[in-house]
Amino acid sequence: MVDNSEFDDIPGTTVFTAQRSHEGFHLNQFCMSLKSAANRERFKSDERTYLDEWPMTEAQKQAVLERDYNAMISLGGNIYFLAKIFATDGQSFQSAAAKMAGMSVDDYAAMMLHGGRSPDGVRSKTEDR
Amino acid sequence: MARITAGVTTSHVPAIGAALDRGEDKSDYWAPLFAGYEWSKKWIAEERPDVVVLIYNDHATAFSLECIPTFAIGCADEFAIADEGFGARPVPTVIGHPELACHMAQSLILDEFDMTVMNQMEVDHGLTVPMSLMFGRVESWPVRVVPIAVNVVQYPPPTGERCFKLGQAIRRAVHSFDEDLNVHVWGTGGMSHQLQGPRAGLINQPFDHAFLENMNANPTALRAISHLEYLREAGSEGIELVMWLIMRGALSEQCNELHRFYHVPASNTAVGHLILESPLDEETT
Repeated sequence: MVDNSEFDDIPGTTVFTAQRSHEGFHLNQFCMSLKSAANRERFKSDERTYLDEWPMTEAQKQAVLERDYNAMISLGGNIYFLAKIFATDGQSFQSAAAKMAGMSVDDYAAMMLHGGRSPDGVRSKTEDR
Repeated sequence: MARITAGVTTSHVPAIGAALDRGEDKSDYWAPLFAGYEWSKKWIAEERPDVVVLIYNDHATAFSLECIPTFAIGCADEFAIADEGFGARPVPTVIGHPELACHMAQSLILDEFDMTVMNQMEVDHGLTVPMSLMFGRVESWPVRVVPIAVNVVQYPPPTGERCFKLGQAIRRAVHSFDEDLNVHVWGTGGMSHQLQGPRAGLINQPFDHAFLENMNANPTALRAISHLEYLREAGSEGIELVMWLIMRGALSEQCNELHRFYHVPASNTAVGHLILESPLDEETT
């Protein structure tokens, strides 16, 4: 039996396994539909109606409506698929990353300009390194 | 005979393409990044490769979650530029080399690498940003491309060891193609970065510098890096670095490092770039 428990030891990180891919299939396929400009327009004009065309869970739909990317990831979303949502919103990858990191866009940008987030202390919960 | 003469690695951050497309490449933020590729552009203009075997990953573009091939090879005449959610990049259509690609597909599968064959495929920033970095803004690309897409989106990607061995098989495939072709192999993606969750923004410069150094000095050490180590040290998206090992496996054991560049940040990512010259005077199979 595959054992993915070791991934839980990495702070602030969700690994997109086959199991998560299964759970998030419709959420991610909805995101994929936003590759089409016509679909982006339809989604923007009435998000709820557009989401109701997909067999997603209510929690997944709420997370999309609230643009809660960490919640979407916890419900099976994959960041490369979720990127279609913030692209549709005209938002940058960096602003979405700042939001997921719980930081202001300016603070996050400053952190990146100063070399990014250090891996020290966020490699392993149990080993505290 | 077709010959692999050089390898190139580079990150493929989408914001780099956007900066170039918007004419922001001379801005204070982006100029230092593009400066790292000036030597490379001059070098490749003189090298004039006929074909680039371009190792990259698709980012929810050609492959949805309906079908997730671990290794896919593009055998089409051409590859359209995809709309990834913000309109297609204004860059030329990518021209394939179907004769070489079909030969490689057959050779690789019989060499026990079970490639998915793509007779139609759109390509995204994973492929076009490296092209833009190496060739700049052009009316048409000065090279034909055999795209090889590697799954690094859904866990697990292929291991680094498997990737290196695929590179070796690519070398055997290219070197058994009869037409005289100057072929480059590019490995793209990386370096350390994490795009998701509370740990987003992770950059590990010591890890990246060691990886750049060992690409030529000690690739054996890189082949042994486990997925868990990539995840911890290089971030959940830094695991893309396995694709660099495909490029390395396709080159001679002893290479000459011609150029190295490292820059932080490009948006959320550490950018690494290497050019390795692969000497021809070596038994190839």
